[in-house]
Amino acid sequence: MSAIAPGHHVAQPSREPPPSLIAGPLAWMRTNLFNSWLSTAVTLALGYLVLRMGTSFIQWAFIHAVWTVPMGANGTLDPAACRAAQGVGACWAVIWDKYRFILFGRYPYDQQWRAAIVVVLFIGLFVVSGMRRFWRKELVLIWIGTLTVIGVLMWGGVLGLTYVGQDIWGGLPITLILSTFGLAVAFPLAVLVALGRRSTTMPAVRMLCVLYIELIRGVPLISLLFMASVMFPLFMPEGLNPDKLLRAQVAIILFAGAYLAEVVRAGLQGLPKGQYEAADAIGLGYWRKMGLVILPQALRLVIPPLVNTFIGFFKDTSLVLIIGIFDLLTSGKVAVAEPIWQAYSTEVYIVLALIYFAFCFSMSRYSRGLEREFGKSVRR
Amino acid sequence: MSQSVTGEAPAILLDKVNKWFGVLHVLRDVSMTVAQKEKVVVCGPSGSGKSTLIRCINRLETHQEGRIVVDGTELTDDTRSLDTIRREVGMVFQSFNLFPHLTILENCTLAPIWVRKIPKAEAEELAMSFLTRVKIPEQAKKYPGQLSGGQQQRVAIARALCMRPKIMLFDEPTSALDPEMIKEVLDTMIGLAEDGMTMVCVTHEMGFARQVADRVVFMDRGEIVESGTPAEMFENPQTDRLQLFLSQILRGH
Ligand SMILES: Nc1ncnc2c1ncn2[C@@H]1O[C@H](COP(=O)(O)OP(=O)(O)O)[C@@H](O)[C@H]1O
Ligand SMILES: [Mg+2]
Repeated sequence: MSAIAPGHHVAQPSREPPPSLIAGPLAWMRTNLFNSWLSTAVTLALGYLVLRMGTSFIQWAFIHAVWTVPMGANGTLDPAACRAAQGVGACWAVIWDKYRFILFGRYPYDQQWRAAIVVVLFIGLFVVSGMRRFWRKELVLIWIGTLTVIGVLMWGGVLGLTYVGQDIWGGLPITLILSTFGLAVAFPLAVLVALGRRSTTMPAVRMLCVLYIELIRGVPLISLLFMASVMFPLFMPEGLNPDKLLRAQVAIILFAGAYLAEVVRAGLQGLPKGQYEAADAIGLGYWRKMGLVILPQALRLVIPPLVNTFIGFFKDTSLVLIIGIFDLLTSGKVAVAEPIWQAYSTEVYIVLALIYFAFCFSMSRYSRGLEREFGKSVRR
Repeated sequence: MSQSVTGEAPAILLDKVNKWFGVLHVLRDVSMTVAQKEKVVVCGPSGSGKSTLIRCINRLETHQEGRIVVDGTELTDDTRSLDTIRREVGMVFQSFNLFPHLTILENCTLAPIWVRKIPKAEAEELAMSFLTRVKIPEQAKKYPGQLSGGQQQRVAIARALCMRPKIMLFDEPTSALDPEMIKEVLDTMIGLAEDGMTMVCVTHEMGFARQVADRVVFMDRGEIVESGTPAEMFENPQTDRLQLFLSQILRGH
């Protein structure tokens, strides 16, 4: 580039910077939103729509909203104010009245503090597990300890806590239990299955893994849940009938395992063959090679699709609704089944969506951070 | 011939080794002995089976016919013999193959800690001594991606040495390097040769072969066509194939 023969005409560098380099929101808008009459028209039309919808949502959700309703003569809340505002303003009073049912389902009202602590413990567990300085062997102990405490709190029956059967657990704890145990068990399962599927020395294991993945991926989660709740008990011997929650949990684990296995496999295939050979050549055996050299790299490669699958499964746990397990979505649905609140399901679903969003968005932000951090140390 | 260099059992013995990739016959009746402390340079045109040959020696590839005995252990499907071989034989690849997620020091201590079961502190001390020997102790805390090609290849040599192998295999260790980095790697290898390491090295660096090799082996189409001292081979090639190859190499340089 720099070696231009003398006598050649060399264009004088222009004094003005190129247009895209002029900073500022106005310049950005000119290049991105108003660069031709067509894009100007589209921008204006969309802008008008967004503005209209935005303002009417704000009016509905905040300005004309009814936040509380007074107690009626018969000791229940009187939703007359909400009825008056119907169609114009939201009725957040339903949330105020029902939030504990939405969060904890039919868990005994006076014991719901236990379920609340469980939710806090789960969130704490996620936060601690997310911090790299806790990525040591002790983390396993932290998990075991926390999950034990969670079990004690939910079931009770010891330490003076009254016993609460898991058939009346509900709400957010159920969603967190299903997704946490689901992914915590499905992930190691997925790694093993992915390794099995790539095994060259054990064709039987490879076949089994392929069979598992293809069978599970071939059916929708809903039908797997139905099978777990309806068909499975038919084949079990009398008296040995695992609980419905456990069966749903197993179905979710098997389902998530198959999907995650394919994600992990993609990571394994993404590594150059030289990495496997170098690990072989320095004498690492199969498990050390995988655990110390291959998996750490392969999993980093697939953080985005892995987290994508995690997020998908967090939301998919809501499908247990159809077999009558009282997760967050179910308890929201049941809350608005009550006659006085029947007209205000929108408000409840918005709140449910916000809760799901909070968890999923945190996962997504966290994975972005991880990618950045790993990107720093592993520059090829 | 090679046994006469010392009186001991050979470090490596290949006896009528044959190997196929599917229908492709890549090694044809290859027989060769490498004595203890002998340095053998393998050369030949691309695709002639040089890599396959030395990869069979540490069983990254399996041969189908014939016998390979390394340091008294015959290579079979038995996993115990495999473990022994992998400890005794170090390998350096054309593309370095360092582990990018580990630091230079961790690259070097991984196998000593997990395979040889050496305590971590001792393994680190050992690794630092070899990193000093390849002249990059100051890079120990960096990641492979932060090093130049020549530095990475020297780390790869140090990583292999940390397992205290008796035999070192090199598969075109300088072919992926920019010209200005070739010398630093070759110097490291020359130092290793002077310390008496048994070496089998696939390379087209004729200067290195002249300086270091006890013997040069010329391969073509899966066969060993000719072998002899560097002087014999380069000044007085017996076969047309070697003559042709040498003229191509010289033209290329
Ligand atoms: N894994 C493999 N599968 C199939 N063919 C291979 C494989 N590895 C090498 N070959 C073939 O074997 C022949 C010898 O290869 P190689 O030993 O790499 O030659 P060289 O190192 O002398 O260039 C080549 O024709 C190559 O295409
Ligand atoms: Mg080669």
